[in-house]
Amino acid sequence: MLKINDLHAGIEGKKILKGINLEVKPGEVHAIMGPNGSGKSTLASVIAGKEEFEIKKGNIELDGEDIEEMAPEERSHNGIFLSFQYPVEIPGVSVTNFIKTAINESRKAQGLEDMPANEMLKKIREKAELLEIDRKFLSRSLNEGFSGGEKKRNEIFQMAMLEPKLAILDETDSGLDIDALRIVANGVNKLRGSDNAIIVITHYQRLLDYIVPDFVHVLHDGKIVKSGGKELALELEEKGYDWVKQETVA
Amino acid sequence: MDLKDKLVSSFMAFEDGIDVNDPVHDIRSEAIKNFETKGFPSKKEEAWKYTSLNNLQKIDFSVFPKQESALEYKDIKKYFLHEIDTYKIVFVDGIYSSYLSETTHDGVDVCLMSSALTKPMYRQIIELYFNKIAKKEDSLTSLNTAFSKEGAYIYIPKNKAPRKPIQILHLATGNEASLMLQPRNLIIAEENAEVQVIERHQSLTSNEVFTNSVTEIFAAKDARVDYYKLQNDNANASLIDNTYIDQKDNSVVRVHTFSFGGKLTRNNLNYYQNGERIDSTLKGITILDGKQHVDHYTLVHHAQPNCESHQDYKGIYDGSSTGVFNGKILVDKIAQKTDAFQQNNNVLISDKATLNTKPQLEIFADDVKCSHGCTIGQLDEDALFYLQSRGIPKKEAGALLMYAFANNVLESVRIPELKARVNKLIANKLGVRLGFEL
Ligand SMILES: Nc1ncnc2c1ncn2[C@@H]1O[C@H](COP(=O)(O)OP(=O)(O)O)[C@@H](O)[C@H]1O
Ligand SMILES: [Mg+2]
Repeated sequence: MLKINDLHAGIEGKKILKGINLEVKPGEVHAIMGPNGSGKSTLASVIAGKEEFEIKKGNIELDGEDIEEMAPEERSHNGIFLSFQYPVEIPGVSVTNFIKTAINESRKAQGLEDMPANEMLKKIREKAELLEIDRKFLSRSLNEGFSGGEKKRNEIFQMAMLEPKLAILDETDSGLDIDALRIVANGVNKLRGSDNAIIVITHYQRLLDYIVPDFVHVLHDGKIVKSGGKELALELEEKGYDWVKQETVA
Repeated sequence: MDLKDKLVSSFMAFEDGIDVNDPVHDIRSEAIKNFETKGFPSKKEEAWKYTSLNNLQKIDFSVFPKQESALEYKDIKKYFLHEIDTYKIVFVDGIYSSYLSETTHDGVDVCLMSSALTKPMYRQIIELYFNKIAKKEDSLTSLNTAFSKEGAYIYIPKNKAPRKPIQILHLATGNEASLMLQPRNLIIAEENAEVQVIERHQSLTSNEVFTNSVTEIFAAKDARVDYYKLQNDNANASLIDNTYIDQKDNSVVRVHTFSFGGKLTRNNLNYYQNGERIDSTLKGITILDGKQHVDHYTLVHHAQPNCESHQDYKGIYDGSSTGVFNGKILVDKIAQKTDAFQQNNNVLISDKATLNTKPQLEIFADDVKCSHGCTIGQLDEDALFYLQSRGIPKKEAGALLMYAFANNVLESVRIPELKARVNKLIANKLGVRLGFEL
């Protein structure tokens, strides 16, 4: 589904990603771990199409097609979803209006009519229930004044509404207490299927107890320095990132 | 002959053509003298630094329309807020159209300035109010006063409110190659009265129209007045709107100005607080493109203690449009406990668009709360990316952000159908279809 080949990317002359190789197949869950500043969010943004980052070398393929020329919205229409580490506050646009617009724009891109209002409402209600989101919450301005946890839950609500092919969750666990973590993980797991794939970016092993990965990769200084199965996450938790750093140096 | 000379020399002919009663004649004569002395304001004056009337003065405007033009309702329906029932005062090329209007004398007067200025039954009120708050030294106001003849006259007696909102619509047919109009409105809300007015100037062709309008609003004790100005005119229509508001104890006057079109628009909006516990609210949304120019020149004069003013103007500028916001707040020494708020936020979409924003605070009292702020920015790239990453195309994402940006100005619009109409105008203006209304 997603294939990243020797990807080098940076911003304003600064090199951040220094040769990433990663293949994600349908049905798989990949975890990307690594210390702060190693380039995890940059990788996520580059996949989602943030234009500020410049690709110097290598490419990203989605279903065999190079996506470099695709605008972020086209990537979304092709099934990529990014749950932001820092969701942006948009005062004046309610969660409901935002998600309606997003869904109908995606449908328009696929040549479909607007989703009928009752169907939209039903879907919103269903997904809000799944993530235990209060109705009042949906009429609030998008992310404005939301707690860290509310923002993350709202990201997963959007993901549940948009049903992406490839979801990238960037530190979705940070700011969540254990109950919220369980709810969010449950929402994510509902999306798992043989046609979908998920990339979970996290610092901690915690979330991976709920969203169990097939592969774990360790990112350090813009490179994947180690890959393994789910045991690798436990090993990292135990030994810390210094262990990987030292191994790479050695 | 330049426009000023043409106007001055046609004054006698103008007065010859109408019924003249003495007090109004004296006021007009005084006014034309002042205009003759001062002429059109020039860019040398601080208040007109960013708005030039030079090009307008080169146009050979007809200063009175020659004939009455008939229009069919169906052809102009879209310029009305037709979704709701309203009183309508409609002028075609400056001449009242009884066919398109719906006036009333049922407990309130919603009728014509021409009647009020000439009929004996209105004489007392005209003597009390006409040209009393309008600034006599102002040359454009004087020009209007000299030629004041027609416009809306709205009188709401104590404890009364009209059954429905009032629309004032000025249409220009383009029968004249270029036409100058001088509408004059007088709105009086007596003690505890209430009224809602929507005003629009609309040119029906691309012929030049130059409107120099004066509106006087008197809000007595406990009165509530809402005035909505919808400015979405053609590319060759220019408007100078001079509005003067006199407020007494506990009154609330809210003016919303929606500036989406026209060649040159200048809004001189003046509030005079002559009582205590007054609420003056001034809000505006300006969305411009092409070569459009809008200049908001506001004054709030806090002359008594314990009053509030709320000023919130949002601007979105594309193309090579130009905007001006000059907001003056004057707090007299006795106006203690004044609470004056002013905010002017702007987004420049194109690098060719320009904006000049200037708060002007003159505060002579020591126990006051005055806050003001102005910002000029671009659309937030991170917010755009966030919306795009959810499948919303860049153009729509930008429009959504601009919508959101302008949104809170609409919160205080008290006619839902008007709010919906303004929403649609904004969406049109931004060139997008939005799947919802805010
Ligand atoms: N917009 C940016 N401008 C400049 N430097 C950036 C920008 N975004 C990220 N970086 C830098 O790139 C490196 C990787 O950042 P990031 O991808 O956020 O790491 P992580 O998500 O792994 O903590 C850091 O050194 C960070 O300072
Ligand atoms: Mg990060």
